[in-house]
Amino acid sequence: MDSSYITVDGNEACASVAYRCSEVIAIYPITPASPMGELADAWAARDIPNALNITPRVIEMQSEAGAAGTVHGSLQTGALCTTFTASQGLLLMIPNMFKIAGELTPTVFHIAARSIATHALSIFGDHSDVMAARSTGWAMLCSSSVQEAQDMAMIAHSATLKCRVPILHFFDGFRTSHEVNRITSIDDDTVRSMLDEDLIRQHRERSLDPDKPTLRGTAQNPDVFFQARESCNPFYDAAPEIIRETMQDFARKTGRKYDLFDYVGDPEAERVVVIMGSGVGAVEEAIAELNNKGEKVGMVKVRVYRPFDSKAFIASLPETVQSVAVLDRTKEPGAVGEPLFLDVVASVQEDWTGPQRLKIIGGRYGLSSKEFTPAMAASVFAELNKPEPKRRFTVGIVDDVTHLSLKWDPDFVTERPDNVRAVFYGLGSDGTVGANKNSVKIIGENAGLAAQGYFVYDSRKAGSVTVSHLRFGKHAIESTYLIQRASFVACHQFNFLEKMDVLELAAPGATVLLNSPFDEKDVWDHLPREVQETIIERKLHLWVVDATAVARDVGLGARINTVMQPCFFALSGVLPRDEAIGHIKDLIRKTYSKLGQSIVDRNIAAVDQSLERLREVKIPVRAESARHRLPPIPGVAPDFVQRVTSMMIAGKGDLLPVSALPVDGTFPTGTTRFEKRSIAIDIPIWDADLCTQCGLCPLVCPHAAIRSKVFPESELKDSPERFESREWKNKEHPGYRLTIQVAPDDCTGCGICVDVCPARSKEVAKHKAINMTPKDEHLERERSNFDFFLKVPEMDRRSVKLETIKGSQLLEPLFEFSGACAGCGETPYIKLLTQLFGDRLVVANATGCSSIYGGNLPTTPWSCNAEGRGPAWCNSLFEDNAEFGLGLRLGVEQKHLIAKELLRQLGPKIGDDFVASLLSFSSTDETSLAEQRERVAALKKMLGQDQSLEARRLVTLADQLVPRSVWIIGGDGWAYDIGFGGVDHILASGVNLNLLVLDTEVYSNTGGQASKSTPRAAVAKFASGGKHACKKDLGLLAMSYGNVYVAQIAMGANPLQTLNALREAESYPGVSLIIAYSHCIAHGIDMGTAMTHQKDAVTTGYWPLFRFDPRNAHDELHPLRLDSRKPTSPFKVFADKEARFAMLQRANPSEAKELFEQAQADIDARWRFYEQMVGVSRHAHEPEVAEEVNS
Amino acid sequence: MNVDLSTRYLGLTLRNPLIASACPLNQDPEFLLRLEEAGAAAAVFPSLFEEQIEFQQQQIFGLYEYGTESFAESLSYFPELEDYNVGPTEYLRRLRAARDAVRFPLIGSLNGMTVGGWIQFAKLIEDAGVDALELNVYFVPSDPRHGSEEVERRYLDLVTAIRKAIKIPLAIKVGPYFTSFGHFARRLVDAGADGLVIFNRYIQPDINLETLDFFPNLALSESYESRLSMTWIAMLRGRVGAYLAATSGIHSVEDLAKILLVGADVAMLASAIYRHGPDHFARLEAGLKSWLIEKDYASVQQMKGSLSRENCSNPEAFERVNYMRSLVAYTSKPI
Repeated sequence: MDSSYITVDGNEACASVAYRCSEVIAIYPITPASPMGELADAWAARDIPNALNITPRVIEMQSEAGAAGTVHGSLQTGALCTTFTASQGLLLMIPNMFKIAGELTPTVFHIAARSIATHALSIFGDHSDVMAARSTGWAMLCSSSVQEAQDMAMIAHSATLKCRVPILHFFDGFRTSHEVNRITSIDDDTVRSMLDEDLIRQHRERSLDPDKPTLRGTAQNPDVFFQARESCNPFYDAAPEIIRETMQDFARKTGRKYDLFDYVGDPEAERVVVIMGSGVGAVEEAIAELNNKGEKVGMVKVRVYRPFDSKAFIASLPETVQSVAVLDRTKEPGAVGEPLFLDVVASVQEDWTGPQRLKIIGGRYGLSSKEFTPAMAASVFAELNKPEPKRRFTVGIVDDVTHLSLKWDPDFVTERPDNVRAVFYGLGSDGTVGANKNSVKIIGENAGLAAQGYFVYDSRKAGSVTVSHLRFGKHAIESTYLIQRASFVACHQFNFLEKMDVLELAAPGATVLLNSPFDEKDVWDHLPREVQETIIERKLHLWVVDATAVARDVGLGARINTVMQPCFFALSGVLPRDEAIGHIKDLIRKTYSKLGQSIVDRNIAAVDQSLERLREVKIPVRAESARHRLPPIPGVAPDFVQRVTSMMIAGKGDLLPVSALPVDGTFPTGTTRFEKRSIAIDIPIWDADLCTQCGLCPLVCPHAAIRSKVFPESELKDSPERFESREWKNKEHPGYRLTIQVAPDDCTGCGICVDVCPARSKEVAKHKAINMTPKDEHLERERSNFDFFLKVPEMDRRSVKLETIKGSQLLEPLFEFSGACAGCGETPYIKLLTQLFGDRLVVANATGCSSIYGGNLPTTPWSCNAEGRGPAWCNSLFEDNAEFGLGLRLGVEQKHLIAKELLRQLGPKIGDDFVASLLSFSSTDETSLAEQRERVAALKKMLGQDQSLEARRLVTLADQLVPRSVWIIGGDGWAYDIGFGGVDHILASGVNLNLLVLDTEVYSNTGGQASKSTPRAAVAKFASGGKHACKKDLGLLAMSYGNVYVAQIAMGANPLQTLNALREAESYPGVSLIIAYSHCIAHGIDMGTAMTHQKDAVTTGYWPLFRFDPRNAHDELHPLRLDSRKPTSPFKVFADKEARFAMLQRANPSEAKELFEQAQADIDARWRFYEQMVGVSRHAHEPEVAEEVNS
Repeated sequence: MNVDLSTRYLGLTLRNPLIASACPLNQDPEFLLRLEEAGAAAAVFPSLFEEQIEFQQQQIFGLYEYGTESFAESLSYFPELEDYNVGPTEYLRRLRAARDAVRFPLIGSLNGMTVGGWIQFAKLIEDAGVDALELNVYFVPSDPRHGSEEVERRYLDLVTAIRKAIKIPLAIKVGPYFTSFGHFARRLVDAGADGLVIFNRYIQPDINLETLDFFPNLALSESYESRLSMTWIAMLRGRVGAYLAATSGIHSVEDLAKILLVGADVAMLASAIYRHGPDHFARLEAGLKSWLIEKDYASVQQMKGSLSRENCSNPEAFERVNYMRSLVAYTSKPI
């Protein structure tokens, strides 16, 4: 029996077993299951053999559907296979899952269960995905903890071989998949012993083999299909017992016992909760508390949900039970009840033999990782105690609409007082989470204590806040909820004190550790009054350390984690100080030695210096600070933002009742402007005297935090005293002024604007026309300036020269202040799109980075102009975005046609000339658009008097007479891989649609996995040895149709070509595809210089710029035009500046050399091919576009 | 007539006083073979830079940590590799390959300026089989608050640390900018230097007039630049107890002869190799031999230091008076 402890998260616990039991693993990234695939790929890349003495073949597929298909195929050849997925990924696997089960094929799919997108996408955990797969005929085995994620994985791989029923093994996304906990590992011998050689042989013997040919996958007729479908019944009848036997076998080998259903609580319980998944931890704690108070309550943990062994379930109930509450972590609108509830009702109806009639109620809890606490569990037991409990209920929310929710007592807390309960507030960039994961490891693996870590992340990628919840104690920690009463609170960033209630969770007498630039004597006066009051009221012990200074002194930059961690150990007392410090240093050596001795030295120096600078603060008796915590929404905001959005921003979204939220997932746009995160340390300040008015800085700003505006001088009369402007160099607008203005609270401080600025001071060469400057020195002034700037009227679009960069930058961006990474390479394209077409833009957005920074609550950067017009945006799915966009276009066109038909019908009433002018509109220049809008407004006014059916219908549709610009936006994961089938179909459709591919050459949002866009020689997840295949040439594929407008652009290399391409694509009356080079932090680059680095991509030929315009595909004209010159430097010049390539040179120089040579050959060959294509004349049929939709 | 071209440097007996100085060309074993065949007596392998090691470590650390643990869907952006080769593994591999390829003495080279973890690599270079180690200390004291003693102390601490780390002979390559170089040279020797390589050429950056940025722009040395080394070798010869190597500006037989006359044990060449190729060693060796014969010297040993400050007939040439004479002589020429 193996009893070694390891500290891992649920994903690693599960993947470790899956890897050891499999020969073929097909993977595809999806949160929160991606780490399982990443680990399997990394282990395979290192050629680590598994328990079957083979290195599994791990292959990334183009989608989860592809992964399931591959697994299905490998299974048919008798291989042992697995895959990992979640949510929509599981839905894509369902068709194959039916097949795999129908063919009685043993396999295990591991699922980090996650919400299915409905009214909104959510990456967090519930059972809606696995419940959607419950009809596939798979057994379903549920793990409720990190330990179980490992153990049940083993049981699943073992049992499936015997019962032949494939097993869906699932655990709760994030709560279990990402919780770090100390568990007892399973050694290879145990794994081997659980995989019966004879059963493996039988599986292989059933495989497709030309030496003994068989046929599977027949088509059957009504005469036999039904009977054949019933033939598998004995296997399902036998499966529960086989799984139970396997559990018993596992118990013999490991000492850990599980059953199909496990009962916990008073043996004579009268009230019982039935639940599966991580929620059992909270219920178990509630039961212990209630049992102590004499309440007869208990719980049935469901481990094997399918096949649902009714008799075993009934047997698990105590005979004394009177009432049962079934908790489902999913929602099935319109159903009598949720699935587990229905199964329980049916089982009791059929198999309960007790004398008493059981009262059964069903409730929902924990959707999308909503907290589920012992207090909530206690409220369920309390409900069961009522004479007339709610038959259907929810718990964990306040439902003030249908009043289904149960109230719970927030003071019902079951935290063990002897546990250390520590909460840490940090920035993603300061390393807080990493250090805390290490602390859990140190304590879990060295101190003989149980340890648990759970980490809450931000919705934004730039300046994201993290909250770490760590528990340590002598007993196993299964508290599957966030810490409610912390004995230790660490605030790793001093400015958090002003922005959030970091002491909210501090228990009376708790220790508070603050990273403070002020010492123990001065810090008190710098604390907000609310913080002072809490410290005094709760008698908190406050300690300070200037971790920022220590980290800076030892050369660790912003990474203060190694400074704060020893302070935590010193103050929390979880381990003797010296022992803890020893462990920290050991772990530093272990973690960083492969990164180099200098890294080890610096971190160890940080540890040594941290404790020397740790000081306790003497707490005064009174709170007298004049400072106060800032409101979440400064200033005026619309009602919805004030009531709802502000609560989410303040981290109080859990308190919003059902009535506060839209019924159908529809939200107002333009809300990021109310969320002043103020995350930049330095902001760009304009030097008007030097500015050449080129427009580059607002063009490249990823966050629309640098704006340019031109206005008559008269507008300056009420300007703030130090509002900068200079004469606008334009003969048509004499006397106009130009201002370049920073939005100081919205800037992320990336510095891209400064990097691209071409204007320098003659006296001080480093001084440009825009310069990064410490924000604190300018904040108040620039706030006032920006407020004024926003009030200055926008330039009339009709007066703007759209064909120039500087002109385009006078248009108002309708995409602003997104939560994208500082220096993001995607958002400048989107922002430009909104400047050009935003007031008539309809966007279909594929899931990925752009859907997250575009649509992840609490706020959205998609915005609208003063007239209330702006982009209408929707995210359907990852895989269907092209088709979804086509649907949008078709709908728009149909409405347009109907409006025109109605116009014709109403012509005699309205006036034929007026109708003719409305109908004859065809141009999309700004003047024509403005005139058409005026005509439409006049039309609606006229129609307002007319009560005829046609008139009322036309009023609804009249706005459609102004053409819409439909754009399909997404990343390379969508366009090259999962959505390529749809993209290809749209390319062939000839419909007036525009596709913008933001090509980062990896799956950026899920953490940098390789896509088919990933270039040869780049290191990425799922290609850790460097990608061997060349990048797919999507542009070339699109050009093959002949009538598709195709452009490959790189804003940083050629801004004007980018502008031209977007305008040409929009004007082309067929399908347009733009492939936009988008630098990304997953490239391992300096994001501050990433735009200018794009020039390297182009001059090396790595990213040739071109436009293929079918409007030139006639009369011997040449539709393809190369917009970049012949490569002037080798690929290596570009590659050496990017870690994705340079990593391989370090890790495997000989492989890198070979791949670099191949990559150079790719570039050379492609350039030669393009050069030849430029000279080719071609005739293509332009799309047949009806005059009505020529927009 | 037979003349003996051999010399001794860092305890090594060399066939002649011509050494290929550390430069990137020397990392190629085939190039080293060409040097050996052409008559180079030894070569210094290209330097392992302190910055090379630490900068790469910091870069990889930055990459390893950047953007991680910030966003729930992407807790990292790169696969964790088994080995980042942040140490000098590749450098040592190349060094060993070079060592195996040639028979002439190979001198390792470390380039750095701080006493840090990187000096452990001195031992690794020694273990790779080199015959001696050259420590190249390239330090620009850009902070005007640092005094000369502080600057010298950095050098001395470094030499002491390296000396402790290795057993093979150690040469120190330094620049000329010291208050009293002779005194400092003695201190270097006291700290453990077996030889002094003088002088490092401080390669100042150039300005790109288009971008108005500085950029590295290596200019090859010219013969006149050897006079600085020549002067100081003349002054130090017989007064510091260490081998002396002249470097910078040695291109011709005349340059070579002069440097040996003032007391250099060896002359080190880099720019000349770039300019004339490896075969230049053969030409210099033959030329030196002819010169010795012509001047009736029996050996390099005989001529070495015969014109040092101690041995020359007009030591005032090294003093102010020579400076004055030079100026007067030059300005008196018609313009």
